[in-house]
Amino acid sequence: MGRYIIRRLVQAIPVLLGATLLIYAIVFALPGDPVAALAGEKRLDPHIVDVLREQYHLNDPFLVQYWHYLTGLFRGDFGDTFAGVPVTDIMAGKFQVTINLAATALVMEAVIGAGLGLYAALRHGKAQDSMILGATLVLISVPTLVTGFMLQLLLGVKLKQAGIDLFPVAGVAEGLRSYLLPGFVLAGASIAYLTRLTRTSLMETLRADYIRTAVAKGLPRRRVVGRHALRNALIPLITFLGADLGTLMGGAVITEAIFNLPGIGQQLFTSVYLREQPVVVGIVTVLVLVYILANMVVDLLYAVLDPRIRYE
Amino acid sequence: MKKTSTPVLPARGVAGNEPLLAVDNLHVEFATRQGAVKAVNGVSYALNPGETLAVLGESGSGKSVTAQAIMGILDMPPARIPRGEIRFKGTDLLRLPEDARSQIRGQRIAMIFQDALSALNPVFTVGSQIGEMFQVHRGTSRRDAHKKAIELMDRVRIPGARQRVNDYPHQFSGGMRQRIMIAMAIALDPEVLIADEPTTALDVTVQAQIMELLAELRRESDMGLILITHDLGVVADVADKIAVMYGGRIVENALVHDIYRAPAHPYAKGLLDSIPRVDQKGQELYAIKGMPPNLLDMPSGCSFHPRCPYRQDICVTEAPPLYEIGPTRNSACHYWREVLDGSHG
Ligand SMILES: Nc1ncnc2c1ncn2[C@@H]1O[C@H](COP(=O)(O)OP(=O)(O)O)[C@@H](O)[C@H]1O
Ligand code: SF4
Ligand SMILES: [Mg+2]
Repeated sequence: MGRYIIRRLVQAIPVLLGATLLIYAIVFALPGDPVAALAGEKRLDPHIVDVLREQYHLNDPFLVQYWHYLTGLFRGDFGDTFAGVPVTDIMAGKFQVTINLAATALVMEAVIGAGLGLYAALRHGKAQDSMILGATLVLISVPTLVTGFMLQLLLGVKLKQAGIDLFPVAGVAEGLRSYLLPGFVLAGASIAYLTRLTRTSLMETLRADYIRTAVAKGLPRRRVVGRHALRNALIPLITFLGADLGTLMGGAVITEAIFNLPGIGQQLFTSVYLREQPVVVGIVTVLVLVYILANMVVDLLYAVLDPRIRYE
Repeated sequence: MKKTSTPVLPARGVAGNEPLLAVDNLHVEFATRQGAVKAVNGVSYALNPGETLAVLGESGSGKSVTAQAIMGILDMPPARIPRGEIRFKGTDLLRLPEDARSQIRGQRIAMIFQDALSALNPVFTVGSQIGEMFQVHRGTSRRDAHKKAIELMDRVRIPGARQRVNDYPHQFSGGMRQRIMIAMAIALDPEVLIADEPTTALDVTVQAQIMELLAELRRESDMGLILITHDLGVVADVADKIAVMYGGRIVENALVHDIYRAPAHPYAKGLLDSIPRVDQKGQELYAIKGMPPNLLDMPSGCSFHPRCPYRQDICVTEAPPLYEIGPTRNSACHYWREVLDGSHG
């Protein structure tokens, strides 16, 4: 197991290098001059411009610039912005917000999606099942922008006007409560997909030969479903949830904008605009890292849930 | 005074005049888009304590569906049992309420399946799957159930039971997996064990060992064994009697030595002629020509008539009843006499 983890981490290095190189190149190729952007409308003293360009290696060829960045990265130094602030300082707070948001969404997805899916599977063919399937279709086909503004209006504004102040409309001042509504909006389509996946998975599992065996053993239905079917039916959900963590974090831009959450989505937007290479590349690097780690955790969980899979 | 008497569960060990298990004119059909698939159309057979009944017939003849009806593990719907009785020591299981039925399932009538790999749950240890029988049905503690599992694995001759009790099904060979299925099935000393093609997925030497194990377990207890197979070769050594099925019906019931000496139904005769024999090496094997019947659209009269070398006009119009042709023998053929005589000659 330990050797497996190390091997996976080593395998992650080229992925990380490729991803940073790619994003570095894209930002490099963007039109406009970052130093000029920093100054805004004013014209800077050419001497100062020269010093700044030297300090940030802007006069070096692309690959040399990238090399400077990379060596810094391995020392844990994500570089500074052109305004002189360490990128790590900027990212820390923003990532905290986005991680809170994504985690809230993931928990909602797992609990609601798996719950509804299991319920639908056990009632399949009945009215409740059809209703759940219909609801998932709606969730999948309505864009985040629409569900976001709608829920913000209904559950945030209107409810508050009615005297029930449950869901803050914007910002992160209310702790966990601030994340409930945006978390749900972010998880929306994922909840629907997970519901459908869970439903299919459990229904398929219930047709397996070992379920027939469990019934033939005279076990009560709740044990047949709750123990023999459930454990097997949950295995495919783990992959889906793991892969979705990355998607949720990367896809938080719109949700963060609607609910005005100061997360990496917003930061990414600003930094691309300001051509702040170090910030953009830093954020993407961390996202790639999260993705790789999430996949690794998924694979390890797999081995825990399914004894047929062993890593050496 | 009750208006309708609820059937009561028969006690263990008490033997009346009734057979241990009697299937009587059982019908099972499945609702499908194409219509009702009549999988079982009036099956009757009986089993006594300590007896082995072999159920023979080609694939699709209704052997497994009959067994699943006995176990009460058919999905209803789509399955439906419009007619028939399944009497366990005189009590019709089909009239028992589900909670009484579940007292029998797995505990007094147990079943093992063809493919032990898919029939065992891949994510639980074999020990926990065997021990579960004691935990759920007997309220045994986890630790004691674990011990019982080891004992049972010893009893079905799994080498190193103590070391292997915490292994998972995929870590065992095919033969060992089937032994684990058997251990699970005999855990609570069932009075009836149904083995549905227990050796079909195994290679020949392992097949013989599993058959030997089943025969031995049956000898040690007074258990009745229903052995479903399409391999007549294995039957002669272990079975006491045979029920031959065709198109969801019994076409012949007989003691093993009677049917081997002279079958009384053309289909049974065809099956017997298709067994490879040592004394006929090199000769071409006989194969029954034609296709199994379409259960959605059964042939008129005798359902075997499109394939039958003995067919006469009456066979096309009139279905033969299950003639009683001896004290322990039935045949569903108008011309059983001719078949019997032809077999002798
Ligand atoms: N769930 C089902 N729905 C429709 N038809 C079924 C179902 N289960 C079994 N059958 C049909 O019943 C017939 C008998 O099947 P089975 O008892 O499994 O045959 P076998 O003698 O090979 O064990 C088959 O033709 C099969 O198509
Ligand atoms: S009844 Fe007729 S068709 Fe059917 S098995 Fe006998 S001889 Fe053949
Ligand atoms: Mg079968």
